[in-house]
Amino acid sequence: MKYIDEYRDAKAAKKYAALIAHLVTQPWTLMEVCGGQTHAIVKYGVDELLPESITLLHGPGCPVCVTPVELIDKAVEISSRPDVIFTSFGDMLRVPGTRGDLLSSKAAGGDVRMVYSPLDALKIAQENPHKQVVFFAVGFETTAPANAMAVHQARQRQIENFSILVSHVLVPPAIEAILSSPGNRVQGFLAAGHVCAVVGYTEYEPLAKKYQVPFVVTGFEPVDILQGIYMVVKQLEEGRAEVENQYARCVRREGNLPAQQLVHDVFTIVPRKWRGIGQIPQSGLGLREEYARFDAEKRFGLTDYGVEESSACISGQVLQGMKKPHECPAFGKLCTPEHPLGATMVSTEGACAAYYRYRRPVEQPLITL
Amino acid sequence: MSSMNGSNISLSTQQSTSDTDFTLACPIPISDYPIVLMAHGSGGKLMHGLLEKLVLPTFSNPLLETRHDGAVFSAGNAKLAFSTDSYVVHPLFFPGGDIGTLAVNGTVNDLAMCGAKPLYLSAGFILEEGLPMDTLWRVIQSMQRAAEAAGVQIVTGDTKVVDRGKGDGIFINTAGVGVIEHNLTIAPSSVRPGDAVLLNGDIGRHGMAIMAVREGLAFESEIESDCAPLASSVLRLLDAGIEIHCLRDLTRGGLASGLVEIAESAGLHIQIDETAIPIIEDVRGACEILGLDPLYVANEGRFVAFVPADQADHARVIMGDDARLIGTVQDNSSNLVTMRSAIGANRIVDMLSGDQLPRIC
Repeated sequence: MKYIDEYRDAKAAKKYAALIAHLVTQPWTLMEVCGGQTHAIVKYGVDELLPESITLLHGPGCPVCVTPVELIDKAVEISSRPDVIFTSFGDMLRVPGTRGDLLSSKAAGGDVRMVYSPLDALKIAQENPHKQVVFFAVGFETTAPANAMAVHQARQRQIENFSILVSHVLVPPAIEAILSSPGNRVQGFLAAGHVCAVVGYTEYEPLAKKYQVPFVVTGFEPVDILQGIYMVVKQLEEGRAEVENQYARCVRREGNLPAQQLVHDVFTIVPRKWRGIGQIPQSGLGLREEYARFDAEKRFGLTDYGVEESSACISGQVLQGMKKPHECPAFGKLCTPEHPLGATMVSTEGACAAYYRYRRPVEQPLITL
Repeated sequence: MSSMNGSNISLSTQQSTSDTDFTLACPIPISDYPIVLMAHGSGGKLMHGLLEKLVLPTFSNPLLETRHDGAVFSAGNAKLAFSTDSYVVHPLFFPGGDIGTLAVNGTVNDLAMCGAKPLYLSAGFILEEGLPMDTLWRVIQSMQRAAEAAGVQIVTGDTKVVDRGKGDGIFINTAGVGVIEHNLTIAPSSVRPGDAVLLNGDIGRHGMAIMAVREGLAFESEIESDCAPLASSVLRLLDAGIEIHCLRDLTRGGLASGLVEIAESAGLHIQIDETAIPIIEDVRGACEILGLDPLYVANEGRFVAFVPADQADHARVIMGDDARLIGTVQDNSSNLVTMRSAIGANRIVDMLSGDQLPRIC
């Protein structure tokens, strides 16, 4: 398949692996920010091709993982109301809150539907004028434009039975939180290609300068990732800390300006809580005042839920690159994809789930309930 | 069965802290999900959990415990295979087949995976009030055509009608018996280190044909279900004297789940090669767009055969032009399936919990 096979080509992968091995003179610790990249690294075994001196840490870029548990609880509560059709991307459906997950809500009679786009949810709202249709608007800068477009269209077309439950988060503040943390080990970043396709990469330039770390905007196929790693390592070895673009077939420096404008029109920057990490200032998006009536939290009058997370879970440290999944004593034992204790075991993009699925030590049982 | 009846059911909603928390007595030993989810029917871990915790210990008997696609037993001088399956599919008609062809071929294939020659099927219909008679007629006609193609007869059946809104048009159950005319034990327990793993064709077509219709996706050429009877292919292998160790048709849960089930049952490590697994371009494209992994997508005319390595080439030729050698059985150091990825690294192939859920971005 064109644009796929070239980037999963064993020869090209080995070529970059050899180039990296030839280049590297000392240990380096890199972080891939995006959960999609984590998934690809573990699924294809990209890290197996790297010299031992290169350590890859897995970053906080899994939208499912970082959505706060109280928001899941709110989603479950809204979805169980008889007048509601609750719509969501597929991988949010299985994420457990403290009161079950959306799939359980569906089984108990809630009208929960998986959609591929918030615009599909808007269409459902149009077709069901007597129902409240709610879309679970999660994700990073990548999903923000489509979600903004859905709300924008709802307002323009006066589809008043539509609302969104917002949990949008932003990448650069999370990276800054990691870089400014005293325990930071990350020396270079693979920036998330699809986020940058929307917002460009000018925001990383001050970060690279301030913290003297290289960034390479990187794609999601194994050869993309190996090339991205090569470019970061080359900068590190040469003592440079710049922002470079490996994913030029999708990403321009300034990003997608109309998409940014739409996001800016609909959303405003707000503080957000990240599951496993906590509150990060200016790290998320919320609806602007003129769109506030499409905010599901306001529409359904949901107040803040206080929620306790499992104390055995170290997902916060995993998300910040301080620990690897298998360094957690609960990994694969108390905590499995069937019984996740925390965020990173929940989504297939979560580092713990990816390790469990593709890297589990052989003594772990395959079937657990 | 008393524990599954009436008022003494007590459901725990506590999250378990370890697998050993469960006992096999009452109350019903499911912790996280006190009600049935769609995911319990997906062919993944949740469904296997249901079988292991509720069904197998309750109905406990040696035939059931082989956990094969059908039960194999002797009756008089005859060795028979017996299997059943229920069919719920939306849409009822899809490119390459319909619920009728699925209902016949599915049970025929389960019998074939026991190494049996399928003979007779039953057909149970649950019809929803309001179903157009023409739809029912088309399904019945297509069942008869599929039965003729597979060399079986539908010899008994049942019809029930449920209120409008309580069915999805038509549900079908078929059961079948077949006769076994060889002395091989075709089961995971017969798999041996060194066995070749053969696959009879490209994977993922049935699941993606259904998804394409449901999601309104159009491709350059329509993806057609691979729905097909497999008995003749298996019987040709047997007639040629291939010493088949195990067979598995790759329905719900796809190739990955089928192989994981066998590795687990056999207690052996299976190693496969990603680049050897045929997937047509349209299926790959559809999977990329929808965020699905073709290894877990359903098939209705695909099976894997475990045969001794020295018979692999011969068997592959008999299985047809599209058949491929996709891997080999390793030793008993683990009961995992591992795969050499496209870029040459190794990883585990796991069974999913439930349905594949597309990723956000």
